[in-house]
Amino acid sequence: MTLTPQMLTVILAVVLGPILGALVSGLDRKITARVQGRWGPPIIQPFYDVLKLLRKEALGVNRIQIIYVWLHLAFMILTVVLLAMGQDMLMALFAYTFSSVALILGAMSVRSPYSRIGSHRKIMQMFAYEPVLILLIVGVYLITGSFQASSVAQQPLLVKLPLVFLTFLMAAAIKLEKSPFDIATSHHAHQELVKGITIEYAGPYLALIEITHFYEIFIVFAVVASFWATSPAIGLGLAAAGFLALIVVDNVFARLTPMWMLRYMWTVPLTLALSNIIWLYCA
Amino acid sequence: MSASSKSPWIVHYNCNSCNGCDIEFVACLTPMYDVERFGILHVGNPKHADILVVTGSVNHRDVRVLRNVYAQMPEPKVVVALGVCTSSGGIFADCYNIFGDVSKVIPVDVYVPACPPRPEAMIDGIVQALGILERKRAGEVMPSAAKPVLTLRPTAAAEAAPAAAQAAEQGNA
Repeated sequence: MTLTPQMLTVILAVVLGPILGALVSGLDRKITARVQGRWGPPIIQPFYDVLKLLRKEALGVNRIQIIYVWLHLAFMILTVVLLAMGQDMLMALFAYTFSSVALILGAMSVRSPYSRIGSHRKIMQMFAYEPVLILLIVGVYLITGSFQASSVAQQPLLVKLPLVFLTFLMAAAIKLEKSPFDIATSHHAHQELVKGITIEYAGPYLALIEITHFYEIFIVFAVVASFWATSPAIGLGLAAAGFLALIVVDNVFARLTPMWMLRYMWTVPLTLALSNIIWLYCA
Repeated sequence: MSASSKSPWIVHYNCNSCNGCDIEFVACLTPMYDVERFGILHVGNPKHADILVVTGSVNHRDVRVLRNVYAQMPEPKVVVALGVCTSSGGIFADCYNIFGDVSKVIPVDVYVPACPPRPEAMIDGIVQALGILERKRAGEVMPSAAKPVLTLRPTAAAEAAPAAAQAAEQGNA
């Protein structure tokens, strides 16, 4: 069997994806600490965390939550594979959504009230960002005439989708659990909701959720970079700018309520994205 | 130092404390001491934690909760007891509601005695706990820590010692 360039891309994305995601996460913790006037943990701290969690005792409440946490990871990897192969973006979005749904179902399968509240909030988050992601795909279709992820490499999308880009950054803040949207499970305030949706996961199962989150970070910034896919330098610059913007927003905003998030996401960003789509459709 | 001692996550349980220890402990997270630079995170969930930090003497209602919090932590785990109350009951020892010290309920690995301990002493206690955590992960069975000795006032021997040293110094001069 010979390795085609496409297979190589897929293998690289699946192997390097979580490593890059973990480094971005470590950088985030470092920069956040410096913004707050602290020294902060080393950049490779997320690796230490995951390695430690993998070696802890595997405590689970029931078997169902363990199946779902594996599905959470598997569908996230499937999303990475689909995007790296340049396959259908709607299919990738479906796999991505099911990954979140698996986490919700896993958290719903236990009796902890905090886990339930976290799941409810995760559902609200999905309500809030899904329309934006769909509109992003519709926008790409209107420009390139194709739903294939490989079609984004033809031209810089940012020129024609500036408002959709802005709204995608807002959706990314929800996906990455950044303030003001970090309501389902927060990296900063562990005492609120007691980590919400991940409360009943311990040791290696929590490590699986962390690894999935690293994949998620990778996907989000890969999508941000693909808004200027014709030049990797500009794409990476966009991703870096988006990353810094998210950190600043994370540090200056307080955590807000789920209903506020839903109201906000369905008014301002949705209007912005829709007006961009209407403009594309009419032009 | 392996990954487990570079990423100690702490859950903090206040049994019956006057909040002195708790305030000093939370001060460790501030930019002044910034324990996150050692990878130490203050988590609210025993299922995510490696180190249980206990403050205060245990009262009758706490016993079950403290046992429960300890039992929910995945192995390997260590317990750090902050303040004199955790080792003796402290100033509350004779109160009607007090069950006793923490070691009556769960095994304690490190005591940090003082009322309250300084944040530096707390960080030192947690660093000691990291060594124990590492050895527990390697499969060693660690004995519980010896309780710090309670001295209400300096003993005659302790008072005599500096005087003797002073006399010797004067003799040399």
